[in-house]
Amino acid sequence: MSIEQTEQTVSTIASDRFELERADREAMQQECEHFEQPQAACIEALKIVQRRYGWVPDEAIPAVAEALGLPPANVEGVATFYSLIFRQPVGRHVILLCDSSSCFLNDYEALRAAFEEKLGIGYGQTTEDGRFTLLPVCCLGACDRGPALMIDDDTFGPVGPDDVDDLLEAYS
Amino acid sequence: MNANIDRLRYRCQLRQPASERHEESHPLTWRLREDNAPIDLAEYERKNGYVGTRRALTEHSASEVIDIVKEANVRGRGGAGFPAGVKWSLTLQGEDIPRGYLVCNADEMEPGTFKDRMLLEQQPHLLIEGMIIGAYANNARFGYIFLRDEYREAAASITRALNEAREAGWLGKNIAGSGFDFDIALHTGAGRYICGEETALLNSLEGHRANPRDKPPFPGQSGAWGKPTVVNNVETLCNVPAVLQHGADWYQKLSGGRSDDGGTKLYGVSGRVERTGLWELPIGTTGEELMELAGGMQSGHALKAWLPGGGSTGLLLPKHLELPLDFDSIGEAGSRLGTGLLTVVSKEQSIVALLRNLEQFFARESCGWCTPCRDGLPWTVKVLQALERGEGQPEDIDLLQHLGKGLGPGQTFCAHAPGASMPLTSALKYFRDEFEAGVARPPAAVGEA
Repeated sequence: MSIEQTEQTVSTIASDRFELERADREAMQQECEHFEQPQAACIEALKIVQRRYGWVPDEAIPAVAEALGLPPANVEGVATFYSLIFRQPVGRHVILLCDSSSCFLNDYEALRAAFEEKLGIGYGQTTEDGRFTLLPVCCLGACDRGPALMIDDDTFGPVGPDDVDDLLEAYS
Repeated sequence: MNANIDRLRYRCQLRQPASERHEESHPLTWRLREDNAPIDLAEYERKNGYVGTRRALTEHSASEVIDIVKEANVRGRGGAGFPAGVKWSLTLQGEDIPRGYLVCNADEMEPGTFKDRMLLEQQPHLLIEGMIIGAYANNARFGYIFLRDEYREAAASITRALNEAREAGWLGKNIAGSGFDFDIALHTGAGRYICGEETALLNSLEGHRANPRDKPPFPGQSGAWGKPTVVNNVETLCNVPAVLQHGADWYQKLSGGRSDDGGTKLYGVSGRVERTGLWELPIGTTGEELMELAGGMQSGHALKAWLPGGGSTGLLLPKHLELPLDFDSIGEAGSRLGTGLLTVVSKEQSIVALLRNLEQFFARESCGWCTPCRDGLPWTVKVLQALERGEGQPEDIDLLQHLGKGLGPGQTFCAHAPGASMPLTSALKYFRDEFEAGVARPPAAVGEA
């Protein structure tokens, strides 16, 4: 998604016209079936929104609350707690860099520096072309092959600073 | 995926080849394939899968199953080492009590821990079996696998296995003709280490912020939606089917006299060793034996210290490698076995920097509920950062001691801050000189030098 497209999405969402896609709404309600109370479907519902738009805009909160029959504050409280629910636009690809102890002991800092230099951004930022967002993440459970990272659904490790170009190239 | 990056893809792999793994001695891993592909139902059943489940449901009462697991002394593999059978015997059951839940804690995020990933990705039916047996013993009507969001391959593997198990009648109504009904749903999280804390996990499962709950009541009395709920780690549940299949006595003997505990353990090593990885070994295997399998330290590195099982365990010294890696032995040495996956620290590496990294992790992952944790951890990080830059104050070491105590057991709702205090207080005990070296020298002293 380019910056223009992102801005367009933002403005569409910021208007009163924000409505959940029907399929998303149905998926949220279906998720409720697994639990005693609809609140339990809240995290999955936010992830459904995020899969559609890449992030969870403010205006989606009342829509999710309405779909699940919850007070918006209950949804907002959850949406601000979890680190993998994004509350601002992210790039087309999200890079999660493991910064926990085993990776730290395996030159994680050099890898982080390489990503920051190649992308020209720091943690929590998105490249100008809207291609990549860089974030730290809790121990990825790949410590035998650290330093490890994820790009979208894919997990990599060990990754050295020299591998960064190859990795970035594969995600257009 | 293009070949250029396929070489970088993470592959979860046990270090022991199939020829070294046997049904009687490697209950957790003997079925695993050389190609690391997930084991489907047909292959799992061909390899004596669901034998333990059938036996539990058709030959034993629920209380007999609990007795067998208790007798085997299966201790919780999530880090705390609490006996699973005892936990199960504390779950409220009775005619007036509603049937509750069995929750598998698959929120593996402990720094340095990569064991549950392998079981989840490659052998989901073993976990499903453990859950069916656990549910039967605890009279749970429904189960959840609480999986961290980043384990995408595990999610695919579990989803496929749940469907297979449902189609084959291992989940659903009247399992194996026993009259017992039970089903499982996969729940994926959205980040935050604190979700691995048993009561925070329940809040997260219910769709709330993952703040821990006050105890008592314990989950076995009042857990998910106020119903009796059992929360067990992946590896713990994966231990159960073979106990039912081969018996408590066989399980006890697996440790071969190395430990009072029974069974095997998934042990691992990460850090600057020659061969990092995972092994299934008798519980009570010593640190020395494990380090030997890992090929010792890489050249140019010598062992300075090690974390026995995650970021929330206390640092130990090279001399402690002679100890059996079991809950009691490591506990007596002043640390905790935790998850049993060693993180080794080389003499080339700074303890202060490692502690700064660990405490940054704990500070970021604090849920913010209790003051010592919410405010004490960022404070600790600040002090450590100053020491790392060589700009510490002379009183900083005492301050860190004080903070370590304030973060310790009994000061907070849950074990997050006490976990953070373990590496800190142990580092101050064993490597005080490294902290002292971070104290800024007065300007006069610099001038003299």
